[in-house]
Amino acid sequence: MEQVNQGARDHVYPQAAHALYRTLSQAAISAATPIAAVLVALSFGAALLWLNGFTGTDVVTVMVMGSFQDARSIGEILLKATPLILIGAGLCVAFRCSIWNIGAEGQLYVGAIAATFVGTSIDGLSVWIHAPLVMLAGALAGAAWAGIAGYLKVRFQASEIVTTIMLNYIALILTSYLVTGPMRDVSAAYPQSARLVREAWTPRIVSDMRLHIGILVAIVLAVALYIFLQRSSRGFALRVVGLNPHAARYAGMDVRRNVMIAICISGAMAGLAGAFEVAGVTHRLYQNISPGYGFEGIAVALLANNNPLAAILSGGLFAMLRSGSEVLQITSQVPQVLVLVIQGIVILSVVAFAKFRGMFAGLR
Amino acid sequence: MSSRPFLRIDNIHKRFGPIIASDGVSLQIDEGEIHALLGENGAGKSVLMSMICGMVRPDEGEIVYKGVPVRFNSPREAIRQRIGMVHQHFMLVPNLTVAENYILGRGSAFRVINDIDKVHAKIRELSDRYALDVRPDALIEDLSVGEQQRVEILKALFNGIDLLILDEPTAVLTPQETDRLLTLMRDLVADGKTVVFISHKLDEVMRVSDRISVMRDGRVVNTVSVDHTDARGLARMMVGRDVGMELVRSAAAPGRLVLSVENLICRSETGLPAVRGISLGVHAGEIVGVAGVSGNGQSELALALSGLLPVDSGRVVLNGKDITGLAPARINAHGFSHIPEDRHKHGIVQSLSLSENTILQRYDQPPFAARGMLSRRAIGTHTRDLIKRFRIKCHNENQRIGDLSGGNQQKLVVARELARNPDFILVNQLARGIDIGAMEFVMEEMLKQRESGKAILLISTELEELFAICDRILVMFHGEILGELPPDRARLEELGLLMAGKTADHSEQPTLAG
Ligand SMILES: Nc1ncnc2c1ncn2[C@@H]1O[C@H](COP(=O)(O)OP(=O)(O)OP(=O)(O)O)[C@@H](O)[C@H]1O
Ligand SMILES: [Mg+2]
Repeated sequence: MEQVNQGARDHVYPQAAHALYRTLSQAAISAATPIAAVLVALSFGAALLWLNGFTGTDVVTVMVMGSFQDARSIGEILLKATPLILIGAGLCVAFRCSIWNIGAEGQLYVGAIAATFVGTSIDGLSVWIHAPLVMLAGALAGAAWAGIAGYLKVRFQASEIVTTIMLNYIALILTSYLVTGPMRDVSAAYPQSARLVREAWTPRIVSDMRLHIGILVAIVLAVALYIFLQRSSRGFALRVVGLNPHAARYAGMDVRRNVMIAICISGAMAGLAGAFEVAGVTHRLYQNISPGYGFEGIAVALLANNNPLAAILSGGLFAMLRSGSEVLQITSQVPQVLVLVIQGIVILSVVAFAKFRGMFAGLR
Repeated sequence: MSSRPFLRIDNIHKRFGPIIASDGVSLQIDEGEIHALLGENGAGKSVLMSMICGMVRPDEGEIVYKGVPVRFNSPREAIRQRIGMVHQHFMLVPNLTVAENYILGRGSAFRVINDIDKVHAKIRELSDRYALDVRPDALIEDLSVGEQQRVEILKALFNGIDLLILDEPTAVLTPQETDRLLTLMRDLVADGKTVVFISHKLDEVMRVSDRISVMRDGRVVNTVSVDHTDARGLARMMVGRDVGMELVRSAAAPGRLVLSVENLICRSETGLPAVRGISLGVHAGEIVGVAGVSGNGQSELALALSGLLPVDSGRVVLNGKDITGLAPARINAHGFSHIPEDRHKHGIVQSLSLSENTILQRYDQPPFAARGMLSRRAIGTHTRDLIKRFRIKCHNENQRIGDLSGGNQQKLVVARELARNPDFILVNQLARGIDIGAMEFVMEEMLKQRESGKAILLISTELEELFAICDRILVMFHGEILGELPPDRARLEELGLLMAGKTADHSEQPTLAG
């Protein structure tokens, strides 16, 4: 029998060429699913409108071009993208650790409450101190709120899906109570808090636009979370805990601690989003300060395949759809729920395409 | 035997990206034979079988089954053609019953659910006929590995088969269970079925097969009839050299006591008494074996020592430090390495790369981490070094470990645990799924560790493994240690009796204390 050199084959492909091949093909594969899903969803949405008597070009013009009319409308998209990116990127971390935090909405509200408190009760600080303090308060409150669910999970094995949803209700009710009671601005006709002092406001990027520096913070944090997950030791442990908790325990990782860290990071991001809504947009706390950003953030993370970097794009996309639908509603009386329909289809398509890819993988 | 082959595989090629798994493989299986498939880890055995059963599609080449060229797009199509396969890693849903698992994935689920009684009856009938001892209403997660495997085999029979493919069925079985399986294979053939099975254990291959094919580097290099070969010849065909079945080792020179266990008691995950008062000591420079039929508390002993299972009472002392009840991280830090029994549960994270798997315990320690960040360069260099030293067959260190062949995954676990430079190494099934060449290598590595003064506790159901490298062998039965023997093949019978719970006076040991 001829001796076959076992190692020989391992060196046929040069390392670098393979690495490139790998990176490119992986990028292509992982981008293909969400892009296809979005295209399917958009064409479905367009078809829906077309069936209702709107012409296809109208729809595309309005939906895509409408939101990009001028700098201001782009600013509005980015304004909406800010909480979505923050929450989406944060949820990527939780989901990677297999923690199903459905409570970003509640964490956002609690963050908004804390920001309002810090922004209304202190006066006389410089903007360099007060504005960051407000953000910090929001993030800490969100983290603490999520931490309750995390604690119940690691201590009593309570499902975080259930507890975070319950905490959502508590946070919403708490907000209502505060703006109709203790924190209410009695001079106003509607339930709302007093106005934050100017120094607490999140600085704007351009003085005559609502867009504030929150978008930059969101992008920087999303990138940071990506690096954290992929490159840091702690991020590695979070991923291992999410993928195989048994192996994590075997390897000496503290599963509970990692679960707490992951859920608190996601809570902090949602809380920060809440702080920006108050300090950057409304400057007061209202009952309905979020149009459901906390839930939309779940879809953002899902579309991003739990990659915080991709959450920047998917958050931007969802913000664009939201703006587009507002334009549609104004110009052509298309109900705004359409955006919900389209978002739903995006998510369903992502799931369906992922399944499809799984089937292909099995048959390679 | 018919003149035309029952199954003919003709010049099949299969690549996974740049990795060549099948490189023009050809093979013929005759009707009514037991055909064994041998080959080194990563030779392409599992991939070839997956192509026959429709799990993987070949790139090129032809499969002719019962005289007709076939091209399966899914396992279901293969099942329809009466081809069944039991995979190296089982594919059962743990929180469903046996019967529910069988119904799963069948097109007519609703009809079948209405007929659940019929399903149960059919399972019972098949189970009786082949003495498989499978209860249709048992939950999968409550079953031992051996039982799960019988469930898998019965599942194939349930679907109806002419061809049964078994991928390393005996890797996880005790010798008794293996005997049972080999008898079953004979019974199936007597009923007119054809069996292909993959194994790394030459003795059982010699015992049961009619013909044997040897694969190497994605090709079948030889097919022989069992009468025309012997274990030695097979080994040479597989590895391309003589495999010394006997390892040379120096006399034991036990040093200080590294691990001592005093009266350890713990329960299994389901809360049943599993370890009932075990005391043992392992010294530097010795390998202590723990023999026993699986399910006698060995798994729990291993998990309790490594901090993965709570200890009810007793003490574990490592390097003079009481480590009883400490978290695994603390135990690991005291120079504790563990090659776990269930590599998919504990040993590896399938969807992570080889690199990431090699730093599973040391992800936050230098040189693999600096200032909280992973040092990819150091990790890569270290992993490449292990790949080379342990001859792990892979494309590169960034590959998903789950895509490696089973034996190569095990090699990485062994490599990782030895590389951590521990004082004490706990091994639960050393060579699970490893080919004979690699087994020899791994055993030599263990002996080297012993030489360098490490203390090793080797739990194994493979007596050969124990005889080959242990300095003394403890026998475990019903959560207790019944006796200690030297690794002397002459005392095999005594060992067997101890394993069955019979002490030297040949009387049955009381099964429950009190
Ligand atoms: N899905 C996959 N992706 C990439 N490579 C794969 C995949 N499946 C198998 N391979 C590669 O194909 C080769 C053959 O693998 P296979 O599992 O058939 O080996 P094997 O002969 O069964 O080995 P073992 O005895 O260790 O089980 C290996 O190099 C393996 O890494
Ligand atoms: Mg295999």
